[in-house]
Amino acid sequence: MSNFFKETDIDTSQAEAIVTETLKNCDDGELYLENHKSESIVLDDNKIKSSTYNSDQGYGFRAVTGEVVAYSHSNDISKESLRKSSDNLKDTLKSKKGTYNHEIPKTNSKYYENINPIESKTFDSKIDLLNNVNNYLRSKGSIVNQVTANFLGEHKSIEIIRSDNQVLKDDRPLVRFNVSVVLEKDGKKETGVYGVGGRQSYDDYLKDGSWKDVCDEAFRIANVNLESKPAPAGEMKVVLGPGWPAILIHEAIGHGLEGDFNRKKTSAFHNLMGQQVASEGVTIVDDGTLHQRRGSLTIDDEGTPTENTVLIENGILKNYMQDRLNARLMGTKSTGSGRRESYKHVVLPRMRNTMMLSGKYSQDEMISSVDKGIFAVSFGGGQVDITSGKFVFNCTEAYEINNGKIGSPIKGATLIGDGPSILKEVSLVGNDMKLDPGIGTCGKAGQGVPVGVAQPSILINKMTVGGTKL
Amino acid sequence: MIKDQEFLRDIASYCIENSKKHGATDVGVKVIHSVSENVSFRNKKLDESNRADSFAINLTTYIEKKKSSINSSDLSKSNLEKLIERCIDATKITPSDENNSLPDKDLMSKEMIDLNLYDETHYPNDKKIEFLKNVEETASTDEKIVNTEAGFTENKNNFVLANSNGFLGGYKTSNFSSSCVAVSRINGAMERDYEFGSTRFLQDMMKPEEIGKIAANKAIKKLGPKKIKSEKIGVIFDKRISKGILSTLASAISASAIARGTSFLKDQINSEVFPNSINIIDDPKIEKGLGSQNFDSEGVETNSLKLVENGILKNYLIDTYYGKKLNLKSNGRSGGTTNLYFENGTLSFKDLLNSEKKFLYITETIGHGGNIITGDYSVGASGFMVEDGELTYPVSEITIAGNFKEMFKNINLANDLEMKYTTNAPTLLINQMTVAGK
Repeated sequence: MSNFFKETDIDTSQAEAIVTETLKNCDDGELYLENHKSESIVLDDNKIKSSTYNSDQGYGFRAVTGEVVAYSHSNDISKESLRKSSDNLKDTLKSKKGTYNHEIPKTNSKYYENINPIESKTFDSKIDLLNNVNNYLRSKGSIVNQVTANFLGEHKSIEIIRSDNQVLKDDRPLVRFNVSVVLEKDGKKETGVYGVGGRQSYDDYLKDGSWKDVCDEAFRIANVNLESKPAPAGEMKVVLGPGWPAILIHEAIGHGLEGDFNRKKTSAFHNLMGQQVASEGVTIVDDGTLHQRRGSLTIDDEGTPTENTVLIENGILKNYMQDRLNARLMGTKSTGSGRRESYKHVVLPRMRNTMMLSGKYSQDEMISSVDKGIFAVSFGGGQVDITSGKFVFNCTEAYEINNGKIGSPIKGATLIGDGPSILKEVSLVGNDMKLDPGIGTCGKAGQGVPVGVAQPSILINKMTVGGTKL
Repeated sequence: MIKDQEFLRDIASYCIENSKKHGATDVGVKVIHSVSENVSFRNKKLDESNRADSFAINLTTYIEKKKSSINSSDLSKSNLEKLIERCIDATKITPSDENNSLPDKDLMSKEMIDLNLYDETHYPNDKKIEFLKNVEETASTDEKIVNTEAGFTENKNNFVLANSNGFLGGYKTSNFSSSCVAVSRINGAMERDYEFGSTRFLQDMMKPEEIGKIAANKAIKKLGPKKIKSEKIGVIFDKRISKGILSTLASAISASAIARGTSFLKDQINSEVFPNSINIIDDPKIEKGLGSQNFDSEGVETNSLKLVENGILKNYLIDTYYGKKLNLKSNGRSGGTTNLYFENGTLSFKDLLNSEKKFLYITETIGHGGNIITGDYSVGASGFMVEDGELTYPVSEITIAGNFKEMFKNINLANDLEMKYTTNAPTLLINQMTVAGK
């Protein structure tokens, strides 16, 4: 646990006094303090390419009245710096008058332990493991052209000081282990990428040789892609595999259900509350409470305990994801979705672990029902235009389906669809819901935060596949 | 107030001396201070005001051919001392790599030219507010515009880059940027579009009325899009996105991609990659340029480079580490390109639009569908159909796909280059691509 005021010219009670005084005519706000340690160790091209340790600390001071957010951040935790920030906030909001909302729910739950993953595994053993990954993959034959593997570990301590001395704290571990392999055969090169992670120590994900499973999966994907043919172009049926393909849910509807876009009426979903937006049988939640998951948080970055928020229940739109600001302006409660990348960033309503729940069909039933279409198993990134609702994501492992049978692998292609209508095209929901392996980072307004996704296999009646073959 | 060079130099020198004391044989360090003020508006009301004051230090220590790095935002000597010890400890146990080293001394930048990158003008927040009011006033005149957002950011930076071979350089830079996002609506369906200006000097900023008007017009024009049939067709890239082709080229000719063998342009040096009418230049010494610099992120002198001459790939983008791997000298591109651009083509914009009966004109792409290893490209797109030289109707929910190797060979440029971003391209036609729609 960090003591943010140690070695500074200010103590906790003085900081609390500045916060209370600054926010006295505001609707909301807080002083957010953050200490962030992280490491990155990269093996590439047979060598340890880089080892970097980052240590960052600072505060973000926020005052909110009405719709206006005043924000000031610095890495200088000192009396002078805080006073200056305070003056800056008061000046911005000088013509406004608000009433501070002191209410913030409390929690005794904890969804991860306070460990520091960077220190819980020795540097030597990390280097050894990276070298083992390299040797293991290269021993698979001369088709292995390039191997990259890396450790990303972090420990973040946050402290939130609200008006009238309410203090909320959280300590968050996070790790990610990633392997990427390039294979070359007959002059053709393809990549396979796989990773694992979450809010535990590295060894929880890599022990007992399970790092080999990560390597094998990356190798398998690259190997499949070596045999890939040009992807088809045009509208067709699409079967999505379980787990990580749920970034479709994240892009297609998740962003559109974030509170800010709906308060501002810029989301394609803003006037659809209570309406049928998905096929019956489709239920989607955003859950911050799953133990040790990458997108989980004990409290969000405003101090609100997270929860399991039902977004769509049996096809009906039930809730948006809210931070305190948007909840207040929309007359509802925060869902514990207020997040920020760091003390340098303002809070926005964000996703945590976005999941489509299981239905009753098997994947086989879906595939055998398709005459002509594609089966998409793994994806790279995605993106959405929340106003028009159009979203894309890129396949990294996909196959054609002909007459109910899985055919040849196809080259990476972008799939494009329309958020508000895509879920109505979901005709079958599988019984095989799976969480992703813990690798997702979501970007919004220049801020990246760790997220998770989950879904069962699903059959989509019609989607545009962006291949080259007409 | 932005810290001066002397303040930053003191810290850089302290880090170098202290690292050497702890056993480093070589040291590189960068110390940065930046102050940024941002104001944003939404629907003609103040939405957010944000002030940032931040330090950053990046330190790399070498023990012979072993290397490790730390980054921190806390410049206090007690913190730096702890981090340096940690960095040295990690360096000692990191395996050595014969290509790890500081840049060759004779490649280092020796003379600092004033490239006119710093405008000390402070634009107070109430002026920014006035500017944004004008942006939004103009953006929202048409009743089809239902939402506007506008922002103004002022950035002041100062940095020092130093290494244990005696290199020490740094200078101030400034940046002013303003943007407007407009949302239009018709029959319940919405579209959004934007306009954006970024300059080193306040006086060069676009007029607020211009920013608002362009954003609004673009958002209105996009209303009521159609999804077209899948077909092979010539695709014109609007200037806002044609520069993306150059960014792809830059990734594919970076020394790291070439040395690792993970570029679709590997072994293509001195080969014809583009039509012979194409020239591509990376020029770091443009006055007031958004990508201008005296030296790269390792302190190596950067000069103008013809990357592609008459269609032939002439240079990679080389830093010290991968340069050594390739047996090539760094050409000052650690950290990437500077002011990168296509030289103008010969056709006017109008003639380009008229060069065939029918085109797809793309104004926006979404997704990250470019694969540097294979050259395969597939992204979501929206834009307009062009028939007989006229933009006829908006198009959306389609993809465009091809392979960069072929796309590069089928490029035709208009003569409307503007230096508006760090990477700039004129309107660009790729003769045939696959469009997937209905």
